[in-house]
Amino acid sequence: MPLPSLPATSQHFHRPRFPRNAWYAAAWDAELKHALFPRTVANQKLVLYRRENGEPVALEDACWHRLLPLSLGRLEGDTVVCGYHGLKFDCHGRCTFMPSQETINPAAAVRSFPAVERHRFIWVWPGDPALADPDLIPDLHPNHDPRWAGDGKTIHAKCDFRLIVDNLMDLTHETYVHSSSIGNEAVAEAPFEVHHSDREVIVERWMLDIEPPPFWRAQLGKPGNVDRWQIIHFQPPCTVAIDVGVAPAGTGAPQGDRRQGVSMWVINTITPETDKTCHYYWANVRDYRIHEQRVTTEIREAITNVFREDEIIVEAQQRAIDENPDKIFYNLNIDAGAVLARRLIDRMVDAEQGEARIAAE
Amino acid sequence: MRSEKQWTTATVTGIHPAAEDIRLFELEPEGGATPYKLGSHIDVALMVEGRSILRSYSVVGSAPVAGAWRIAVRRVGDSRGGSRAMWGLKHGDALRITRPRSHFELGFGRPEYVLVAGGIGITPILGMADALNRTKHRFRLLYAGRRRRQMAFLTELEHLLGDRLQVFCSEEGSRIDLAGEIARLHREGEMYVCGPVQMMEAARELWRASGRAPTSLRFETFGSSGHLPLQPFTAKLQDHGIELHVSREQSLLEALQNAGIEIAYDCLRGECGLCQVTVLSHEGPVDHRDVFLSEVQKHSSHKLCACVSRGTGTITIDTGFRRELRGVLPRTPGGR
Repeated sequence: MPLPSLPATSQHFHRPRFPRNAWYAAAWDAELKHALFPRTVANQKLVLYRRENGEPVALEDACWHRLLPLSLGRLEGDTVVCGYHGLKFDCHGRCTFMPSQETINPAAAVRSFPAVERHRFIWVWPGDPALADPDLIPDLHPNHDPRWAGDGKTIHAKCDFRLIVDNLMDLTHETYVHSSSIGNEAVAEAPFEVHHSDREVIVERWMLDIEPPPFWRAQLGKPGNVDRWQIIHFQPPCTVAIDVGVAPAGTGAPQGDRRQGVSMWVINTITPETDKTCHYYWANVRDYRIHEQRVTTEIREAITNVFREDEIIVEAQQRAIDENPDKIFYNLNIDAGAVLARRLIDRMVDAEQGEARIAAE
Repeated sequence: MRSEKQWTTATVTGIHPAAEDIRLFELEPEGGATPYKLGSHIDVALMVEGRSILRSYSVVGSAPVAGAWRIAVRRVGDSRGGSRAMWGLKHGDALRITRPRSHFELGFGRPEYVLVAGGIGITPILGMADALNRTKHRFRLLYAGRRRRQMAFLTELEHLLGDRLQVFCSEEGSRIDLAGEIARLHREGEMYVCGPVQMMEAARELWRASGRAPTSLRFETFGSSGHLPLQPFTAKLQDHGIELHVSREQSLLEALQNAGIEIAYDCLRGECGLCQVTVLSHEGPVDHRDVFLSEVQKHSSHKLCACVSRGTGTITIDTGFRRELRGVLPRTPGGR
């Protein structure tokens, strides 16, 4: 008699950690120049560059001939010249020159990947190019909007990107990890609500009439208690945009009137590099004192220090996971957002199962 | 990057007529068919007259159907044995095949495409048309054949493409105006061609004359189509001092290997040029079936790609073997 198949609830092992059919941030806009820029995205080694007209290009970072990384070669106009035998590849990855022969092998090409610049990031699509619809790029427009000001950085974290998603989907940890800056008891005590759809998870937390932590006291620049909000928007597989801020208590922020307060978007998109490393792109943009570069710099540096505290945690967590291969996570009530986020990631992965072989070719 | 061949065992789960002299084979590999890249082909190992031969067939359509990869095979009188062996297969037969690999990938995002198929060359083009249609790209398919009843997938293509499909039949006196099509194509547009060698050569020649980027003309070759009918010929190897008979069913390279002659080769489809031998003299015309040599080089027939190209009558060649090689570094007289 055949064995019954396992119920769906038991099938979460050995699934790829991330989908290939997704847009991933591969660089900041200012990082990418008319120069070869190697970057690994979703286990795919890429060489990126800007064409002379500024458009981004992403090619497989291995010469068709002898697999030398093309990023060790050079650019000649919009053409990549391999640093070993001089084979040339155009911006679509097609070979345009081979040494010592009069024709070019018609199959000679390296894979080219859809690449789009939007919201200050260069996005690439490692999966099936036929599915690469730019409308699927996460909406992070405050990162490139004159009504908002700010900046960000990249963290190379030695952990599964989902540990950072988990971290951002539950801000209770602010109380314990960031107690000197943005965390206080109020965060851990306030109730939260979780909503989800097929394409988004939202975790919303309001802390009413509380004493603000030091960072927010300084941003608001007013005495007294505040109403504080944290509204976390997750877009699978790896983007978390968090609407945060404070307003003087009782001035109507929970009802939608934030005029007395200060708002900020904490933008996070965490690109898996390999199964256990990631490029974590983050930015903070605010709607107050937007013409003051000093504020931009101060906040960026303050957040750099805050996120350094998270980095220590998630990397230590990854090491602990590796040391305990037979253990899995226990989820608490506070993990609802993370659990739902991981479910949306897994759903994307399941939807493309079987395509891994195409990608691997 | 090229990937290694991955062999698997497949079962013939369906055989359907696709047109006169064309059969569609459904091949279900162990574990079921996985998706593949557009323009993929699979290699099939077949037994012909007691010898194992390899034939490449494009995978039909943009995705597997019912757990199977599909290939279409035309029965040709003028065959090297592959199509006859394929047509001898029955439902339930097992055979060794490679997983699909693509050397003919479709690039997305161009402003316009023209797909050109000649006869059985429709097989890789079918999946491309489907993908371009689904992704709402601007494209047309020009499909040429001798007779309508010999053109596979016509009905489904008419249904899928409507007036984006143009059919040309030599029997009806219509021909593709390749020069006109190239002239009309968007500057950044691409043309994908699969068909007999004459069609590919005409496309390459007209494309070159149009001054367009060479990389925007995409084509694939299996080296199976030539200018002359298949015929046996004799190869005299000047360097080895022997004479070989090359039968209709084998390539010059196969005959050389069977005789134990050392020769470099790689792609086996007339692309890489590794197996080229020097032609010292030839009785009849040389049937160049490769895409490695340039037209000028083919015209001079100083070289020949042994994996696909053929001689007529007797051909005298040099494979580069020398019984004794002088030292690579000539000794300096009076030196150590």
